[in-house]
Amino acid sequence: MRYWLKLHVRNCQGALIDLAARPLATLLTAAVIGIALAMPASLNLLVKNGRNLAGGWDNARDFSVYLQVGTQLEVARKLASDIEKMNGVEQVSVTDADTAFAEFAAATGFGEVLNELDGNPLPHTLGVRPAADISVADLNTLAERLKLNAAVDIVQIDTAWVERLNAILDFLRRVVIVATAVLVIGVLIIVGNTIRLDIQSRRDEIEVLKLLGASDGFVRRPFLYVGLWYGIFGSLLAVVLLLLGGLILSGPVQTLIGLYSSDVALLGIDGSTLLLVAAGGLFAGWGGAWSAVARHLAAIQPH
Amino acid sequence: MIRFDSVTKRYDGTGEAIRNLSFQVDHGEMVFLTGSSGAGKSTLLKLIALIERPTRGQVLMDGRNIGRLPAREIPKHRRQLGVVFQDNKLLAERSAFDNVALPLIIAGLSDREIARRVRAALDQVGLLKKERSKPGALSLGEQQRVGIARAVVTRPRVLIADEPTGNLDPWLSLEIMKLFGRFNDIGVTMLIATHDLNLLGKLGGRRIQLANGELSEPEDDALVF
Repeated sequence: MRYWLKLHVRNCQGALIDLAARPLATLLTAAVIGIALAMPASLNLLVKNGRNLAGGWDNARDFSVYLQVGTQLEVARKLASDIEKMNGVEQVSVTDADTAFAEFAAATGFGEVLNELDGNPLPHTLGVRPAADISVADLNTLAERLKLNAAVDIVQIDTAWVERLNAILDFLRRVVIVATAVLVIGVLIIVGNTIRLDIQSRRDEIEVLKLLGASDGFVRRPFLYVGLWYGIFGSLLAVVLLLLGGLILSGPVQTLIGLYSSDVALLGIDGSTLLLVAAGGLFAGWGGAWSAVARHLAAIQPH
Repeated sequence: MIRFDSVTKRYDGTGEAIRNLSFQVDHGEMVFLTGSSGAGKSTLLKLIALIERPTRGQVLMDGRNIGRLPAREIPKHRRQLGVVFQDNKLLAERSAFDNVALPLIIAGLSDREIARRVRAALDQVGLLKKERSKPGALSLGEQQRVGIARAVVTRPRVLIADEPTGNLDPWLSLEIMKLFGRFNDIGVTMLIATHDLNLLGKLGGRRIQLANGELSEPEDDALVF
């Protein structure tokens, strides 16, 4: 056990020294891994922020139910209470016609002109806030059911743009998954190829080691540690890129969100993202190295 | 200790390098394999080191048919051998000390034991003062002696050497052979492939002459000791 541990420490240090001896090549490989990890991570962050933003516009799915002019206020309140009990409805508010008229007069500044009218032309209005998890289909069904009520004149619903945003975010989420898969495969190939070249350049040494009785594990281990170090450096670089990107973009993006009258806070890089990036880097480094040594080391035999 | 029993080794395209070869080497013996180029000397040593496997017949070591060893057991088998090559196969980027230490690192010895044994081996070949030198800074003879130190540092029971003096001048060749003689004196079984017949007369040991992959009678019986 002690020998095994010592061998691992020796290989780990040896791999680091090997990489330090060729800093430019190491940096380039680590940079490729870092960029490949940072890209899906930043895309993922973009999608998460998009979702957060869409969810932050709470009233985006709210819709208005205009009742027939002349409907009694008591009827309106009773209807509001009934609707609130329906599935997929979170809250219903009643704006009576007089209040609406007063608000309209105040908001438009046409108070005096409106006073010339014979009566209040506005109906009582119900403001319906659907449940947050309601689907588009259920929302439309709800609207259709409300239209069937005799007291209801118009149901005004406009969630199309939020749905479009959600569709774009869904699409982006899939792009993140596909991009992550493609980039991880790319990193595996890059690390694998780097290790392959490393194996080829140390062919003589491998032959000698095998001739002296080195086991496959003994010969394989230094290359796996080289791959692992590539993964670690790549992960670190990815984290630096993500933090830098966040630092540069957070100000302008927060301003943009503010312009849309939303107080939603921008999501930064959280611990789970960092953990995923680190795990991805280690997997890509070690996995790429493993794929290379599995294919190429067995082919090198003393002759 | 080592027995070849009707061993044939056939290479694709070049035919049989060794043909129905049978002989035995006893424990502590020093055996010289002689013969012209292509006679099968190197192939014979490769069969012992399991660099090659016999096409037919058995290669036995301590009664065990090593020709049938599974691949996973080959490293363990090789750790019992000391191997010296004509081109010494030293790692150019590592010092003499580090080259000699390699088999001990593979064997898993402690750092202290490795240092002690490597220095003892380098001392035996007269290169202790050059332990930090890389092969490029050493002469051919010195490189070959580092190779020998690496081969004996694990105290192998069997040492095989393929043309160990092939690149050396006669004086250095004799020095190397005397070195082998010293290891043989302490009980190491030796098989040395060489075409340098002049050296054999100055050393003890048995000669196995090969021609076209088969045993043949030495041309000069006086060379058989």
